Amino acid sequence: MKLNYRIVIFALALVFGIVFSVPSLLQTQDGKKITLGLDLQGGLHMLLGVKTEEAIKSRIKSIAASIRHYADRNDILIDNLNFDDGSVSFEVLDSDDTEKFNTFLSKIEGAKVEKNGNVFSLSFAPKEVQKIKKQAISQAIETIRNRLDQFGLSEPLVARQGKDKILVELAGIKTPQEEQRARELISRAAKLELMAVDEDRNARVYNMSQADAAEYGDVILPDAKNPQIKYLVHEIPILDGGMLTGANVGFDKNNRPVIDFKLNAEGADIFGDFTGKNVGKRLAIVLDGKVFSAPNINERIGGGAGQISGNYTVLEAKDLAIALRSGALLAPIYLMEKRSVGPSLGADSIKASMVALFGGFALVIIFMVVYYRMAGVIANIALIANLFLLLAIMSLFGATLTLPGMAGIVLTVGMAVDANVIISERIRELIYEGKSMHKAIEEGYANAMSAILDANITTLIAAIVLYVYGTGAIKGFAITMSIGILASMLTAILGTHGIYDMLEDKIKKSKDYKFWFGIKG
Amino acid sequence: MEFFRYKSALNFMGKSKIAIAISITLMLASYAILATKGFNYGIDFAGGTIVQVKYDKAAPIDTMREKLKGNKLFDNASITEFGSPNEVVIRMKTSTGSVSKDVGDVTRQALKGTGNFEIRRVDMVGPKVGNELREKGLMSMFLAIAGILIYVAFRFEWRFAVASIVALIHDVSIASGFVALFGIDVNLDVLAALLTLLGYSLNDTIIVFDRIREGIVTSKKTTSLQEIINESITRTLSRTTLTSLTTFFVIFTLFMFGGEIIHPFAFTMLIGIVIGTYSSIFVASPILLWFGFDVKKYHEKLAEKAKREAEKNRMREQFESGVM
Repeated sequence: MKLNYRIVIFALALVFGIVFSVPSLLQTQDGKKITLGLDLQGGLHMLLGVKTEEAIKSRIKSIAASIRHYADRNDILIDNLNFDDGSVSFEVLDSDDTEKFNTFLSKIEGAKVEKNGNVFSLSFAPKEVQKIKKQAISQAIETIRNRLDQFGLSEPLVARQGKDKILVELAGIKTPQEEQRARELISRAAKLELMAVDEDRNARVYNMSQADAAEYGDVILPDAKNPQIKYLVHEIPILDGGMLTGANVGFDKNNRPVIDFKLNAEGADIFGDFTGKNVGKRLAIVLDGKVFSAPNINERIGGGAGQISGNYTVLEAKDLAIALRSGALLAPIYLMEKRSVGPSLGADSIKASMVALFGGFALVIIFMVVYYRMAGVIANIALIANLFLLLAIMSLFGATLTLPGMAGIVLTVGMAVDANVIISERIRELIYEGKSMHKAIEEGYANAMSAILDANITTLIAAIVLYVYGTGAIKGFAITMSIGILASMLTAILGTHGIYDMLEDKIKKSKDYKFWFGIKG
Repeated sequence: MEFFRYKSALNFMGKSKIAIAISITLMLASYAILATKGFNYGIDFAGGTIVQVKYDKAAPIDTMREKLKGNKLFDNASITEFGSPNEVVIRMKTSTGSVSKDVGDVTRQALKGTGNFEIRRVDMVGPKVGNELREKGLMSMFLAIAGILIYVAFRFEWRFAVASIVALIHDVSIASGFVALFGIDVNLDVLAALLTLLGYSLNDTIIVFDRIREGIVTSKKTTSLQEIINESITRTLSRTTLTSLTTFFVIFTLFMFGGEIIHPFAFTMLIGIVIGTYSSIFVASPILLWFGFDVKKYHEKLAEKAKREAEKNRMREQFESGVM
């Protein structure tokens, strides 16, 4: 037995591999572990798009609301307040007041204001439009993340993918009901609007079309509980959910769950002003385009607190409160890609790929020993070390193991012995040429090196391209294969060489070619 | 144990005409299949929806069809067995953009009363994502080939590079032909298998080329390239088949026991390993021969290079010793 630097490095690598793969293998409490991909543990993967043009619309709408409020507050008479998808316009009746509006409008960020006589029109520059769209995406990511953080799953992933897509990955979803809840929570706009019922015309609401309503600056909204009931409300809301500071589940006098919300100071002001001026009229509490209630205003309501009542279960009320608290989605989201795997299928996949892994592993190990004898045993030691190393590196990086990733490990088992096959074949050749076993080993390693390097590097090139261009589970395949190849360079080349070096004295004395390399010599 | 013991070089290049005829036939057949039958694109590239349903007994496929009929979402949906009689996959070309309404839930509703079942997997890819994935897929194939070409040209010589690329195109074409012939669902995993094959098949080719390069350097000037190639292939034959064999073993177990989802990947790999092994022996090397790699010239070049090197060293020595 002889110590040499190769065997020392190999032994260190093996110890490193075993120590750091233990947490993943035994699923210990502490230590860094490999995460299972959604396809193996079950879960929901979604790629979401954002309808950013809607963000522009809603921004315009809220500007219109603030113009109306500013005019009311300062007793400025305005008329023809209109807005479309990209602009808002109105007329100031008294030209003495235009100066006030000039200063007010100039404070609105990114707005392009045009004035024609007493008519103001406001739109966004293309740069501002881009900015709003970008913000809508960031805001959607932030909002969805906030909502999911409160949902109760461990480590939900919400990330931007590409320029304008949102990746959502939820592990550990157990039932279809839970998945449904999560999807509803994510996609809910949670846009709360307090709107004034147009009492002058509401009686005629059932004989009106949306176009008729638009002529009066109104919109027809259905009741949340009974869609047959309709309300005619002013399209420009009194205020919206942006001024919300809190939303919690409470209970009404019949002990049914409701949502109590609270407005910030500005919102409370606006709310107080409006209710004070509109006693006797109705106020519609509108959530995502549906009227949840339309109570009569009996007196001025200060303090800025309100309530949304609906036929909720406690769970539904809780989810809605989460959505309201995390803020509205400025722009609606839509589904571009969805992959959901039930936990039972994930477990089946793990079982099946484990059988394949151990089956393939056993076949290779037996074959190597039968074919190469001692050289095969040495190659197998390297192969086992390779697997430990692969698991350890993946654990340390917290890499994700997917089903294709399992295939990558299986493939690594088949390909990692390649280096040892090349080396052993070279050694056999040299022995046939009459070299001594010791010399054949040294030269065999030297001769085989360039071929092994070239072969591994080209496979790595393919794996790297896969990693860069692959998505989701496929990336897992590229990762395991790349790590497997790199680890095999250490174990199959350096490690086995070290073992031969250690056994040098025995090899030098021996003439048993059959024992060492499985040939007659 | 030993399968091949080298005694003398086998005349592979003598059989190269037959091999090339077989290869060209296979390639043309593959292109014909790809042109007429085409790939059976799965949802990753074509967009659409897959719902995997498992029953506690044999799935009542006919009743399921009946139940799904009439719902627009399931227009032209196909229901096929998946791995076992209890399990089926419903494939649809449609996809929905709604996050809150789910195909899985709709399917669960629609299949009510067909027995005890569980929806195990719902995959949906919208058209936009499908296009993007297809573009990315083609791009990755192209990049991988380009990257390998550059590396081989850098490590060997341009003729080696071109020969190995021809062999790669040969392998991928024929593997693709088989994938199309057997109507395998072409998804991202099949693309990954094809990319892995690029690397794997090249692996084999490079081992042979490495030997040829070594043979050229160590051979006498009078040895013909054909002899060197035959010698090199014979000497690496044992390794080529052994490695292919171990890889074949593991992929075969994956194919047999790895579960239905991994089938397309394992199938593509299995075909590819066989083709890749064959091509590194019978395709890549003859092409090298046809390019007329001139051993004599190569030796002259080597000699020239050595001379220049020596000259340079001499100059440096002179310079360092202060003569110049």
